[in-house]
Amino acid sequence: MADQGCKEVKFKVGDHELQVVTGGSGKTLLVLHGELGFPGWLKWNQALAAKRSLCIPLHPGFGKSPMADWIMDMRDLAAFYSRFIREQKLTPVDVIGFSLGGWLAAEMAAANPSQFNKMVLVGATGLRPPTGEIADMFTVTARAYLNKNVVDTQGEEFRKLFGGEQTPEQFEAWEDARAETARIAWKPYMYTQSMPHLLENVVNLPTLIVWGKRDAIVPLAAGELYHKKIAGSKLVTFDCGHMPEVEKPDDFIREVTQFLG
Amino acid sequence: MHIMFFTERAYHHLPEDEIFKRRSFFGVPNTFLDREKGAETLNMYLDEKIYCDEIGFDGLMLNEHHGTPFCMGAVMNVEASVLAKATKRARIVLLGNPTPIVANPLRLAEELAMIDMISGGRLVPGFIRGAGSEQLFMNANPAYNREYFDEAHDFILAAWTKPGPFRWEGKHFHYRFVNPWVLPVQKPHPPIWIPGLISPETVQWTADHKYPYVALATMLKPTLELWNMYGKIAADQGYQAGPENFGYLQPVFCADTDEKAEEMGKGFMFGGGFSHFAKPEWMFPPGYNSKAATKRLASQAANPNLPGRGFDHDPETEAELQQLKQQLYGSYSDWQKQRQIITGKPETLIKKLRFILEVLRPGIFSFWLDGPYPHNERRRCVELLGKEVLPALKEIGKELQLTDPFEMKPGTRKLSGSGYEAVGNLRLLETEG
Repeated sequence: MADQGCKEVKFKVGDHELQVVTGGSGKTLLVLHGELGFPGWLKWNQALAAKRSLCIPLHPGFGKSPMADWIMDMRDLAAFYSRFIREQKLTPVDVIGFSLGGWLAAEMAAANPSQFNKMVLVGATGLRPPTGEIADMFTVTARAYLNKNVVDTQGEEFRKLFGGEQTPEQFEAWEDARAETARIAWKPYMYTQSMPHLLENVVNLPTLIVWGKRDAIVPLAAGELYHKKIAGSKLVTFDCGHMPEVEKPDDFIREVTQFLG
Repeated sequence: MHIMFFTERAYHHLPEDEIFKRRSFFGVPNTFLDREKGAETLNMYLDEKIYCDEIGFDGLMLNEHHGTPFCMGAVMNVEASVLAKATKRARIVLLGNPTPIVANPLRLAEELAMIDMISGGRLVPGFIRGAGSEQLFMNANPAYNREYFDEAHDFILAAWTKPGPFRWEGKHFHYRFVNPWVLPVQKPHPPIWIPGLISPETVQWTADHKYPYVALATMLKPTLELWNMYGKIAADQGYQAGPENFGYLQPVFCADTDEKAEEMGKGFMFGGGFSHFAKPEWMFPPGYNSKAATKRLASQAANPNLPGRGFDHDPETEAELQQLKQQLYGSYSDWQKQRQIITGKPETLIKKLRFILEVLRPGIFSFWLDGPYPHNERRRCVELLGKEVLPALKEIGKELQLTDPFEMKPGTRKLSGSGYEAVGNLRLLETEG
């Protein structure tokens, strides 16, 4: 990974080890990965790393950072990360969260908006969509779920990440991620019932909401509800699926860079 | 020996291709269920169990599965309640109640206590984790499956044995007033048996608790390997595992002639049989297996219950569907060679079963009958098993000293001076198998 512009560093949060991928230099950008783990250092990582120090913690239980037995729901995980950024003197930090990581960011912001400086939510789970449903990752294989994440599975970035035969290492990493996601997001699936109310506490936090118009994982209606509930937020949509950072990297980089400044 | 009768109570009145085209019983739409035929079938299975009691079976084994024509016993405690009143002498053996998906262990403790009371102390409750697909069906978080299982077991035992009222503050279960006014007749609680497939974690847990472990039709060699793992754990705990610690479930088909029985055995492959219980992604939902088990199961070949699973995708054309069917039915002879299905007229069966009993040396044995047969053929099979095969197996059991858990309490057999003695007869399997 080092030759890709990033490295892994070990941190402690209380008694727990937290493995963190870091890369780039400048003001810290906290990156919260999604339900299938950190996929790898991509074009957008490289682009943002030019001006930002990317801090990408690998969530407890998702393979590299050991599981924390007491973390049983998203609020627990949010509290864990609040402690991490406070102890690392990162607050108020800029944050970007993808899918389940977006839910995590929203949960943290709802608990204490002042711990963030700016927030980007990308295809975030966490809200019950007013129409449609969040696609269930637990009734299909990891591979089938991944394929549903994008409109075109032959896209360059997607193929770079997930092309070819599934390796045993990939299988195990995905199983770890799926198991830990089940621990914290099984029921209700991938959202917090009270989130629409909790989000009313998110004030004075510049927020960018990024969504794919053809998102088959989290319906755009959920993005619109985030937009409605987070005061002053901006919603940007692209013609793609659940992974704008993979499917529309240039548009994604432009919007996010412009927003973060 | 304790000899039982078991059937999955499958629903066969649906087009078999609906199962083949999904490669899964689980997930076939319930629009294929004819309620009247279903009611008739359920009653037929209950009548069969009552008949088993009348002709001398020691145990009536039940299980449950959810959301599948593979097994109509969706709530086995309902069937067990009927049998508790309608039968006279056989043990009602529940292998087992899936505690993680039942989700309310206090209610379960009450149901089981009532069955034991109504039956006059004939209940053998077993507990299981539930199949993977059933975690999805009942929406029980598979990542906590093992924790639910452990805590529910401890809670149920407490509910049965600890004077109430008391409070329970566990990790997953919380009760403020545990004081059931129905308690098992059998004191301090009914004997508990644990069924299993291939999970070493379950074997470890079962040996730790000195409960008999009932292998669900697993292949002979892996079964002996697991039982010897049990035996070593037992020895570490200071006891010798004997026949009273082990049970074996065996698909068996009996008819008046060998040819007829052989033909009947094919019915076990209906819909692809156990190979098509559920799709792999439903069998092993996230977190259901330990990390070690996930590694083991990465290779389907490691699963002794899935010979000839066939395709790695759902058949997309009629030709593929027929090919899959042929492949699955074609594997019938493999199943027989591996002794996963035993067929024959009584004399033939007794010989074949003697070998299995000599190799495994179980104290508990259950016949397993399944397939889409006319009622009279099923009944004849059960009659021959009960009236001719069962008495012969009892004699063999005596000769081989296959003590059952009612003859010797599991966990009380002393270790010999030289220490642990291997379970079963692996050498016989390797020389004659």
